[in-house]
Amino acid sequence: MQYLLLIYDKEADWNKLSEADQATMYKEYGEFTQSIMQSGHHKAGHQLQPISTATTVRVRDKKRVVTDGPFAETKEQLGGFYMIEAKDLDDAIAVAARIPSARYGSIEVRPIVVHNQVSS
Amino acid sequence: MDQGQEDLDRIFREESGRILATLIRLLGSFDLAEEAMQEAFTVALERWPVQGMPANPRAWLISTAHHKAVDLLRRSARLDSNRDELLKIAELEQQLADADENMRRHGLTSDDRGNNDRGRNARDSDDPFGDDRLRLIFTCCHPALAREAQVALTLRTLCGLTTDEIARGFLVPLPTMAQRLVRAKQKIRDAHIPYQVPPEHDLDERLDSVLLVVYLVFNEGYSATSGDTAIRHELCAEAIRLGRILCMLLPRQTEARALLALMLLHDSRRNARVGQNGEPILLEEQNRDLWNQDQIREGLTLVESALKDAAAGPYALQAAIAAIHTRAQRAEETDWRQIVALYELLLRLQPSPVVELNLAAAVAMAEGPATGLSLLDRLEVNADLRDYYLLPAARADLLRRLARWPEAAASYRRALALAGNDAARNFLVRRLAEMESKA
Repeated sequence: MQYLLLIYDKEADWNKLSEADQATMYKEYGEFTQSIMQSGHHKAGHQLQPISTATTVRVRDKKRVVTDGPFAETKEQLGGFYMIEAKDLDDAIAVAARIPSARYGSIEVRPIVVHNQVSS
Repeated sequence: MDQGQEDLDRIFREESGRILATLIRLLGSFDLAEEAMQEAFTVALERWPVQGMPANPRAWLISTAHHKAVDLLRRSARLDSNRDELLKIAELEQQLADADENMRRHGLTSDDRGNNDRGRNARDSDDPFGDDRLRLIFTCCHPALAREAQVALTLRTLCGLTTDEIARGFLVPLPTMAQRLVRAKQKIRDAHIPYQVPPEHDLDERLDSVLLVVYLVFNEGYSATSGDTAIRHELCAEAIRLGRILCMLLPRQTEARALLALMLLHDSRRNARVGQNGEPILLEEQNRDLWNQDQIREGLTLVESALKDAAAGPYALQAAIAAIHTRAQRAEETDWRQIVALYELLLRLQPSPVVELNLAAAVAMAEGPATGLSLLDRLEVNADLRDYYLLPAARADLLRRLARWPEAAASYRRALALAGNDAARNFLVRRLAEMESKA
């Protein structure tokens, strides 16, 4: 069973951190990523560039509409993600709770849809 | 109603939760388990009146439902079969063969005619399927489900209430309740909420959620003063039954025991707390001869044992407060000082404006209304309580005790503007009229 762990936090708070504090955070993330690689949970994971770099694309009436930024203003922004393999939701929740940002922001745990492959 | 139907109704009431819990474990699906159990009861209704009840009705029903589930899957598989479904059927068929073998070893067969002595002895001590209700309740009360979904799912699966009964109990339209149950079951399936008792290190946290659900079910039945009386009574009875199951399956959890005590002690006053026209009767004005002494005895024993075995948690403190009320032969004999001390402990464990309000009311009883009023003054600046009708109602009551009639009337009017349910409003209207006649 695969889950996407979406990491939401306040970008402004991250920017306010001192360099030393940011370095500590990166170190924690590095250790966390290592640990979930060793436990076999890790499938993928990335930090995202800040929301100011985001672009939104829509197609309406076959025309492409490209705009700056995300559609809605929210308190917390999507700052990164992990894709994990977990036994069940409790296992995924236990991994999510260990993500360093869980202490400041929030982690959304979303199961991945598995489309049945019809065998011929 | 004939005997067969009566037996079956009784067994459904007492056993459906436990049967369903085992079927969900065996079949890995809430919906399939519910459908299969329904079919098994239908078969029982046809056969038992003719062939007699089997020696172990529960094991018979589980086994029959298990067979029915495989049939259901085989039938649907023919229409659109894919590999995963076929594998699932094969797995279930193997499981079924193992279960049948297990049944035989316990001296039971799915065709059991009820004349099997070995089967009769096997009834409880040597259960071939075990008790899966703890898994079921922890899954239904999983924190990933919304609180109202936890409550609904627990009543539907463990207590066997119909969707309609739950909807009426919670004053929610039937389609809303049906939708709530469907969504909860979908989430359990699609997010893979595990069907298991949480490991020791998560147990306390997860148990809190289970106890809260049981308490909410009880409160809904106990406090709501509108709606269907029979259903509300049923909710209290089911909450107490769930409380008993938790105490039996988790004997070391003192808060589970304390919650059962709390519910029993409250429920013991059922017949005394409502007047002939459905109006609520305050604790101090209740006819204490109407209190149920059996429930009081059991509740007192439970709360004493909970307090002896561990530091008092929030349910133990609330049960201890309820116990002090039941020990007073007359309202004037209530030991208010001890109640104040217990509310102070509760406030430390569970700070909330509502507990503070109760504390203020207890202080007023112990030390006089004037002291209580000064505590209420401090509470009134709290924004959380701005729309809470019990705050002006409590103030009005203290002013009434001080014979400050016009001020009391003003507070009753404020409470009346905020009160939601009819019974509470009727009570306030009555008090207001008293104040106005004296002013």
